[in-house]
Amino acid sequence: MAWWNKPASDTQITHGSRIWLYVIAAIIMLLLVIPTLIVIPMSFSDSQYLEFPPETWSMRWYEEYFGSKKWMRATVTSLQVGTLTMLVATPLGTMAAYALFVSGHKAARALFVILITPMIVPVILIAIGAFYAYGKLGLNNSITGLVLAHTALATPLVMIVITAAFRSYDLNQELVARSLGATRLKAFFVITLPQIKFSVITAALLSFLTSFDEVIVSIFVSGGTKATLTKHMFSALRDYIDPTIAAISTIMVLISTLLLLATQWFSSRQK
Amino acid sequence: MTARSLNSTALKQQERMEQWTLLGLAIPAIFVILLVVIIPVGWLFYLSFIGDNGQFTLEHYQKMVEYKSYYRVFLNTFKVSILTTLICIVIGYPMAYFLAQLPARWAGFFMLAVLLPFWTSLLVRTYAWLVLLQRKGILNEFAMDIGLWEKPVKLVHNLTGTLIGMAHIMLPFLVLPLYNAMKKIDRDLMQASANLGASPAKSFWQIYFPLSLPGMVAGSLIVFVLCLGFYVTPAVLGGGRVVMVATQITSILENQFNWGAASSLGVVLLIATVLVLIIAGRVFKLDTALFGKG
Amino acid sequence: MPTDSALPIYINGLTKKYGELFALDAVDLNIRSGEFLTLLGPSGSGKTTLLMAIAGFNRPDAGSIQFGDTEMILTPPHKRDVGMVFQSYALFPHMTVAQNIAFPLKLRKVTEAERHQRVEEALETVQLGGLGHRHIDQLSGGQRQRVALARAFVFKPRILLMDEPLSALDKKLRERMQIELKQLHRQLGVTTVYVTHDQREALTMSDRIAVISDGKLAQVDTPQTIYNHPANGFVADFIGESTILPLNNDSSGQLSFNGQHVQSQPADATHRDWSLVIRPERLYLSEMSDAPGRHNATDTPLALDGIVKENVFQGETAFVLVTIDGGHEVSVRFGTGSMSQAGHLQPGDVVTVYLNRSDAIVIPTGDH
Repeated sequence: MAWWNKPASDTQITHGSRIWLYVIAAIIMLLLVIPTLIVIPMSFSDSQYLEFPPETWSMRWYEEYFGSKKWMRATVTSLQVGTLTMLVATPLGTMAAYALFVSGHKAARALFVILITPMIVPVILIAIGAFYAYGKLGLNNSITGLVLAHTALATPLVMIVITAAFRSYDLNQELVARSLGATRLKAFFVITLPQIKFSVITAALLSFLTSFDEVIVSIFVSGGTKATLTKHMFSALRDYIDPTIAAISTIMVLISTLLLLATQWFSSRQK
Repeated sequence: MTARSLNSTALKQQERMEQWTLLGLAIPAIFVILLVVIIPVGWLFYLSFIGDNGQFTLEHYQKMVEYKSYYRVFLNTFKVSILTTLICIVIGYPMAYFLAQLPARWAGFFMLAVLLPFWTSLLVRTYAWLVLLQRKGILNEFAMDIGLWEKPVKLVHNLTGTLIGMAHIMLPFLVLPLYNAMKKIDRDLMQASANLGASPAKSFWQIYFPLSLPGMVAGSLIVFVLCLGFYVTPAVLGGGRVVMVATQITSILENQFNWGAASSLGVVLLIATVLVLIIAGRVFKLDTALFGKG
Repeated sequence: MPTDSALPIYINGLTKKYGELFALDAVDLNIRSGEFLTLLGPSGSGKTTLLMAIAGFNRPDAGSIQFGDTEMILTPPHKRDVGMVFQSYALFPHMTVAQNIAFPLKLRKVTEAERHQRVEEALETVQLGGLGHRHIDQLSGGQRQRVALARAFVFKPRILLMDEPLSALDKKLRERMQIELKQLHRQLGVTTVYVTHDQREALTMSDRIAVISDGKLAQVDTPQTIYNHPANGFVADFIGESTILPLNNDSSGQLSFNGQHVQSQPADATHRDWSLVIRPERLYLSEMSDAPGRHNATDTPLALDGIVKENVFQGETAFVLVTIDGGHEVSVRFGTGSMSQAGHLQPGDVVTVYLNRSDAIVIPTGDH
C-alpha cells in the first residue's frame, strides 16, 4: 500500500486525501522559519542595500560590528546583565516555586498573584514605571537597575518551569529523606535538586535569554555607556537599515538556537 | 490542662514558624517584583491623577473621553490586536492540528519550526521582516517575478507590515497551548466516531473541533492581551503610522515629558488587560488551560 | 532481643482538625515495645494522619506523643529516628540500590567500611544480596518494596512506620510479602506501626490491631479478639463478613431473636438495644453432611427457618444466601469439599440455618 493510501488518523482519512494539510503546514513552517534565518545570508552580503540573494559576499558587517567600540560595549553590557539576571532570577524563582508548591497556607495564593504580576502588567508600563522609580533611586543607566528589572521579568518564568518540574516529581522522597535523618535543606539539595536539575538549567537559560533579548525596559532604563545591545539595535532600526544589524542578528539567532537545542536536550533528559 | 489542649500552644507556635519560614523563601522574589513592578506601577497610578500644577485632577482621564485622538488610539489598538489574533488563529490552527497528528518523534522535530522563532529575539525577527517587506525587498521582487503585481507595493511602515510582523511574533503563543489541548483529546473518541460511520469531516467538526476550542481560546487570549501592550513591532514596522497605546505612551513621554498623561494611558491599558484576563478566567477557566491544573 | 532495640509509643489526647472535621479526635493509644500494631480503617478514617503524626510530618493541634520517656510532639522528623516506608516507596531514582540504603547511614556519619557492611547485611535480610549496584528503574515492584524496607531499618531505628507498603503489589506477591514482613519483624524486634485498609492483611500480620473510624479508635486488641468479639457494629462490619440482626430485649434483660433465646443482656449494660452479629462461616445448614456432629448437647443451636435465595460458588468456598423468617437475609459460607451437600441447593429450597449460641456475637445497636 502506498503511503498516501494509508490511514493518517483515527478517522481513517488517508494521507493522500489530506495532502492539503501538509502543504499548508509546510508553507506556514517556511513562513515561520525564513524570517528567522534570512538574516544569516544577508549578513554576509557586500552590499549597503539589503539584497537577496547577495551578489557578492563579504565579512565587512562583522568587521564593522567587532570593530565598533559602541557595539562591543553594548554586547558586553548585555552579556553581563544577562548572566547576572540568570544568576539572581534562577534561585529566586526556584525558592518561590518551592515555597508556594509545598506550603498549604492561605497566603500562598495571594503571593502567587504578586509573583506573576510581571507577566500580566504590559511591559511598556513596567518600563516607564521602572524608569520613573529609577530616576528617584538613581538606578537609571546602571547594571544594577537593569538586572533588577530583568530579574522581575524572568522570575515568573523560572517559577513556572520549576513548578512544572515539581508536579512530575514525587515530593514524598523529601519526606523519606527527612525521616531518614536529613534536614529539610539537606533533603532539598541532596534529593530534590539532582532530580530537577535539568529543569533548573532550562529555567536558567530561559532567564538569560529573557534578559539578553529584552527591548522595552532596556530602551527606557539603559543608556550611555551602559546601553544594552537591544537598545542600540532598536534605535538603529527606527532610523535607517544598517546591515551591521544583520551581522548582530545572526549572532543572536545563533545564541538562541544553541540555547533552544540545549533546553530541548535537557528536557528530554529530565524525562 | 485537658487532653484536647495538651501542647496546643507550642504546636500552634511551631506551625506558624514553619509556615512563615517556608513562605519566607518567596520573599526575595516578591521584594524585587514589588520594587521594580508593583510600587512603580502604583506610583504611575497616582501620577495619573496629578496635573501640571501638582494638584489632584481628573483631566488626564477627561481628555481620553473628550479628544477624538485618544479614542482613535484605543480603537486602533483594539483593531490591530483583534486582526493579529484572527490571523494567528487562521494560520495557527492548521499548524497545531498538523503537529498534533504527528507521531511524537516527528512532532518534536517540526515543533522546532515553532520554537525557533519563539526563542529568537523579536527585534531580530522584526528586523528581518523590515528587510523582507521593503520596497526592493525579497517579497516584492518575488511577487513581481511571478507576476502577482507589476510595480513594488508598499508592504512596510504601514498596517500591513505591522500585522505581518506581529502575527509572526505571536503565532507560537497560540500554537503551543492549542497543541497541548489537541494532544489531550482522547483518540478513542475519534476512532469511535469513525466506527459509528461518521465521515472524517463530520468527526472533525462535531468532536475534535469543539474539544480543541478551550486551547484555542486560551491561546487567542494570550495573543490578544500581549498585542494590547505591544511596542517594538508596531514602532518599527508601523513606521509611525500605526499608533497603538504603547507607542503613544512613549511619544507622550519623549515629546511632552507629560508623566500624568502617559501614566493615565498606561493605567487604562492595564485595566483593559486585567479585565480581559478576569473575564477569560471566569468564562473559560484560563488558568486551567494555561497551567494544566484543576 | 526486643528489649533494647525497641521503644514503646505513648499517644495521648492526639487531636487534629481539618476545618470542622476531626481527623484525630483526642486519640489515646499505647503501643507496646516491640509489637506489630496495625492501624486499620477505611480511607479518611484518620489512620494515615495518625501515622504521619508519629513520623512528625503531620503536626497535630494538640496532644502528646512519647517514645519511651521522651516527649516527641515538637521534635522535627529528622530527629525522631524512626524508619518509614511509604506507599509509593519513594526510592531515590538518581541513586543505586546501595546508595539508597546507605543514605541514612551517611547522614549518621557511619564510616565507609561499616556502611558497606551494613548495606550488604540489609540487602541479605531482604533477600536482595548482590543487587546493590542496580539502578532503581532496573528493579521489579517487589524488589523496590524490599529496598524501601531495607533503607528504613538499616540504621536500626527503634520504631518502624509503614504506610500501606504492599498496596501496589499484586495479590500473590502481597500475600508472600505479608509473611516475610512478619518474619522480618520478629527478627528485628522493632516496634512497628503499620497502616492498611485491608482487614485480611491486618489479621495476618498484627500482634494487635487498632481499628479507627472517624478519627476515633473503635477497638484495640488482638486479631482473634477483634474478630471474635468486635466491640461494636463498626468493627463487626468492617472486619470479616457479617450479618447484623436486631435482637429483642424483654423486660428482664433477656435477648432473643425470632422468639429464640440468645443470651442475657450483659450485667453492666446501660444500653437497651442489642444486635446479633453472625459470621457466615459459623452458620451451618441442615443439608451439610457434618451438621449433626456440630450440635452440642449442652448448647442447642439457634435454628432459623428460611428459603434459599442464591447459591454462589467462589472456588475454595461457596455461600448460600437465605431469606429467613421475618425477611432478614443471612449468608452461610461453607467449604466446597466433596462432602458438602449444600452445593446442590437451589433457589427456592426450604432450609434451616443453625448457629451455636457460643458463636453468637452480641453488640450494642447503633452508635458505637
